[in-house]
Amino acid sequence: MPEASASRGLVGRIFGPLHLPVGDNFAVAGLIIYAVFAFTAIFAPVLAPYDPTEILYSAEYNLASDLMPGEEGHVLGTTSLGRDIFSQILFGARSALLVGLTAAFMVSVIGTIIGLLSGYFGGWVDTVLMRLADVAFGIPFLPFVIVISAFLQPSIWNTVIAMALVLWRDTARVIRSQVLTLRSRGYVEAARVSGSSDMSIIVRHIAPNIVPLSLLYGSIAIGWAILTEASISFLGFGDPDSISWGFMLQDAFASQALSRQAYHWFIPPGIAIILVVSAGFFISRGYENLLFPKLGR
Amino acid sequence: MNTLKPVLSRTLQLLLVLWAVVTILFLMFRLMPGNPLAAYIDPTFTLEQQEQLIRQFGLDKPLLSQYFTYLGNLLQGELGYSFRYRTPVAERIWLLLPNTLILTFSSLIIAYVFGILAGAWLAWRRGSRAEAVSLPIVLATRAMPEFWLGMVLLAIFSFSLGIFPAGGTRSAGTEYTSLWALYTSADFLSHLALPVLTLAIYSQGLPLLLMRSNMLDVMKEDFVTMAKVKGLSPYTIVIKHGARNALLPVMTSFAISVGYQLQGNVVVESVFSWPGLGRELVSAVSASDYPLAQGAFLMIAVVVIAMNLIADLLYTLLDPRISHA
Repeated sequence: MPEASASRGLVGRIFGPLHLPVGDNFAVAGLIIYAVFAFTAIFAPVLAPYDPTEILYSAEYNLASDLMPGEEGHVLGTTSLGRDIFSQILFGARSALLVGLTAAFMVSVIGTIIGLLSGYFGGWVDTVLMRLADVAFGIPFLPFVIVISAFLQPSIWNTVIAMALVLWRDTARVIRSQVLTLRSRGYVEAARVSGSSDMSIIVRHIAPNIVPLSLLYGSIAIGWAILTEASISFLGFGDPDSISWGFMLQDAFASQALSRQAYHWFIPPGIAIILVVSAGFFISRGYENLLFPKLGR
Repeated sequence: MNTLKPVLSRTLQLLLVLWAVVTILFLMFRLMPGNPLAAYIDPTFTLEQQEQLIRQFGLDKPLLSQYFTYLGNLLQGELGYSFRYRTPVAERIWLLLPNTLILTFSSLIIAYVFGILAGAWLAWRRGSRAEAVSLPIVLATRAMPEFWLGMVLLAIFSFSLGIFPAGGTRSAGTEYTSLWALYTSADFLSHLALPVLTLAIYSQGLPLLLMRSNMLDVMKEDFVTMAKVKGLSPYTIVIKHGARNALLPVMTSFAISVGYQLQGNVVVESVFSWPGLGRELVSAVSASDYPLAQGAFLMIAVVVIAMNLIADLLYTLLDPRISHA
């Protein structure tokens, strides 16, 4: 995309090689949200005024439960068990980041490898792998993750693995069709005719061209993973040792926060999830414009 | 008929997929912690019941032979006995399926009608301020956890304003002479309103975005330019020439959405205590009612796969450019 990078100036030159979609308003907003989110996740212990799991007491040794925002210095108030909501939000960014990144990494790595092999080698390799993808499309995603998370020990890793076992399918299909078009390009033909091995053709000529696409599907998977983890925690199959936004919502729901109009308790975790997940969507839209400029908007 | 062959081969393929999913289900419930009998037998069952189930599901035989017994039982619709309800799982599933389907279809129909109209309108108003405001909002609705949206609507419309009931399908103590009387009663519909609204808000994004981008493509085609040159009104151009052609792919996505929605139902049904398959799956898994959990999972998978098939077939039949060579 030479025209695009020329007009992007300094920022473009720095981030150009990463194919970051600077220049698109949506994408820039998404990147800023990601940056703030990552910062919060990393520095949560410094930023948070309280330990998110600590049961707090007032100066008179009363349980500091169900405080409204602003009362006794709690920015967003406290939960029914006397825990600081604002600190929970900050720490929630940690588990969201962890789940989002690991799931996205696994999904794009598995999906890319399967798509590459399938598209490049064709034949029975393709048939077997694509039938596997069909099966993955036939598995009801959330029920599958629920059953796996419930049967194995409830932990973030089991949830992430269950997600990766199903979600690689979308990436694999897209990468495969991209590889199919790349394979018939002149330079790939030329490399094959001149005696390059399959391995070196894949690594030198094909892989670099599909990395942006893997990143695109990775950024979509971050959002999916965070939403799924939230659902799993909400249903009570989440990691009991980690404070996540889904856990907060489950806590609020189970503690009758809805009937008590405790909006300050269950609105913020939802907003946090929406911001992070839509950031992924915004970035992927920006990528789409870079990758497929003719699609237009 | 050269359309028959792709239809048959695709159907066969998806039957294989169904078989694979059924096998995965078998393995999932056999490899869980505890002894293999736990998948079908609750310690509180009477001895006769236990022996009958051991015989019926071949639980004293090796894994492979259990697998074939399991497949044979499935073909006869035999799913075992629910631990909690003490009734056949199949009976329970058929009881809950209508509730889930009503929820799914009514929310999707609303979502698609709205999404198609709004998508066409946004394509027509391309580059306007209305588009700049609505697109991020639509993307944000796709980023919402469905259960959270349900919680917010529940807090506002049920607990705060008191307009709609908080959960279930009917008020306590109400009886209806027939299912039809129940489903058309004002009581049932008011219970249905909030879960449907939740799912509809979440689902309208896909048809809206699809419709919009298809419209933008169609509006570039020659026959639309021709219509403009002929001086036809914008209404005629957008509705008669644009929308009709942009609609096909959106309609095929409906089938995919049904399968997808069924999975999202799991959380929304739980928020609204809606007695459907999804909520049953969650409570069965939490209560270790394995036969029921398997049955609910299987039913959801069957619908998902059937909808994938319908979407594929519609695509083949409606768009002559797609060939399954």
